[in-house]
Amino acid sequence: MAVYSATRDAGLARRRKVTDQVIKVLCVVATVIGLFFLAWILFTLFWRGFAGLNLQVFTEITRPPGQPGGLLNAIVGTLIQTAVGTAVGTPIGMMVGTYLAEYARGSALGNAVRFVSDILLSAPSILIGLFVYVLIVLNTGGFSAWAGSIALAIIVIPIVVRTTEDMLRLIPDTLREAAIGLGAPKWKMITFVCYRAAREGIITGIMLAVARVAGETAPLIFTSLGNLNWSLNMNAPMASLPITIYQYAGSAFQEWIELAWVGALLITVGVLTLNVMARYVVRGGAK
Amino acid sequence: MLVLLGAIIIMLFLGGFQAFSTFGIGFIWSDIWDPVSDEYGALVPIFGTLLTSILALIMAVPIAFGIAFYLTELAPDWFRRPVGIAVELLAAVPSIIYGMWGFFELVPILGQDIMPLLQDNTLDWPIFGTIFSGPTFGTGVLTAGIILAIMILPFIAATMRDVFMQVPAIYKESAYGLGATTWEVVRNVVIPYTRSSVVGGIMLGLGRALGETMAVTFVIGNANRLSASLFAPGNTIASLVALEFPEAQTGSLKLSALLAIGFILFVISFIVLAISRYLLRARVKG
Repeated sequence: MAVYSATRDAGLARRRKVTDQVIKVLCVVATVIGLFFLAWILFTLFWRGFAGLNLQVFTEITRPPGQPGGLLNAIVGTLIQTAVGTAVGTPIGMMVGTYLAEYARGSALGNAVRFVSDILLSAPSILIGLFVYVLIVLNTGGFSAWAGSIALAIIVIPIVVRTTEDMLRLIPDTLREAAIGLGAPKWKMITFVCYRAAREGIITGIMLAVARVAGETAPLIFTSLGNLNWSLNMNAPMASLPITIYQYAGSAFQEWIELAWVGALLITVGVLTLNVMARYVVRGGAK
Repeated sequence: MLVLLGAIIIMLFLGGFQAFSTFGIGFIWSDIWDPVSDEYGALVPIFGTLLTSILALIMAVPIAFGIAFYLTELAPDWFRRPVGIAVELLAAVPSIIYGMWGFFELVPILGQDIMPLLQDNTLDWPIFGTIFSGPTFGTGVLTAGIILAIMILPFIAATMRDVFMQVPAIYKESAYGLGATTWEVVRNVVIPYTRSSVVGGIMLGLGRALGETMAVTFVIGNANRLSASLFAPGNTIASLVALEFPEAQTGSLKLSALLAIGFILFVISFIVLAISRYLLRARVKG
């Protein structure tokens, strides 16, 4: 009887070990699959992107097929709309984040605002595009870079809200009490003490927000529309890299597809650089 | 913020009001989308949205779990950071890049090699014979599901890794001390401890998949009919809006119908995201 039990235990131990090993191997395989796709995407991007990369991309605007063209108007358009969107969205986001962290701790209104902000953070960006279309494009009578920038600003706001609130919450209350104890009014405490202590974190949040909106395509289709000509007019349709990529990649002309890959490379390198830089800022701030 | 969200809902609803009032509640389950006769129904894009998202989850969740398990329990320390960063960078790549990559790289491979292979080998199987039927263009519902899976993988993996790391070491050490294997620790300690957060993370991924536009638009094939085959082209709400919007005139019934399905998408993703927030928040409080 004792012998029987011992062999059964040995069998059980072996089975448990085998299960463990099998699952471990499967997990390694899963990780390899994940990294494989990342490598595949980046490789394709660099391979096809560098093939068409030359100075002309930065000096010429988009041209009809058959003529040598570049992406200058799209690059400038993306820079302008991202900058305006960030400039509009960041202060609003910071104010809401400050309200949540400093004024509305635990209040019902604060929780409701936080919930809505979290929903907007993950809401499909195409819906934000549709919203701005109905609100602004239909009412002002046409597609415009302003509409595009506002759509991007709406995407920026919840990201900045989230990081501002998180960063302000990390600041120890003793710091606040010290400021109040010295007789500082609350607004002075927030601007002179809290913002300074949380600066790196908030900057990181803004950089991540810029990285996110720079690659947004869906909301721009309905708002700034895209423009194949040179235009800096904020009241007119404006080109942007993602929209140009979208239009060119779906076209039948080889040189357009090539340019689309170059644009894709530019936008990805820009976005990833911002992400890595944001990480660096956080680490620098933590020291 | 509250005003903003309220305004979005109201605007989309008002925009779609014309369609809702013309077709009534039947708008939601009518499978007709016919611009020529100006008749619209939302069933096909709703079905496509749910189907592609669920396919994506089926593919992404096990892999994401494997990555999170590997990163928290198995990987050597020096390897964790680079892999973790790589996964997070994958999440930062703009969705249009995934779409392009899918269109130029994945579609030819699927269409020429993998789809015919699947088809030939499953010809006589009861269910697979149907869902793998039809011409193999490479674009279609399955391709969209794969692209979405790759896109949401980093989100789910990162969330899972974060919540797995929150499990107190002493719980795991107790289980190891009782002689449990690594898998048994994860199965019996880590997963029960983090269950609601894991589900919340998956819902967050689902929320992204539901509303993803650009990646899907490139590969879905744009066809407004229901099909039992995963190889057939279809449409999701987001891709339909992106593709048909440029053809819709201001004030037309079609534009209104597009805004109406946008409203439906908003309702679906609001529910999914609210559930995800609720599940993830419970963990933070506890």
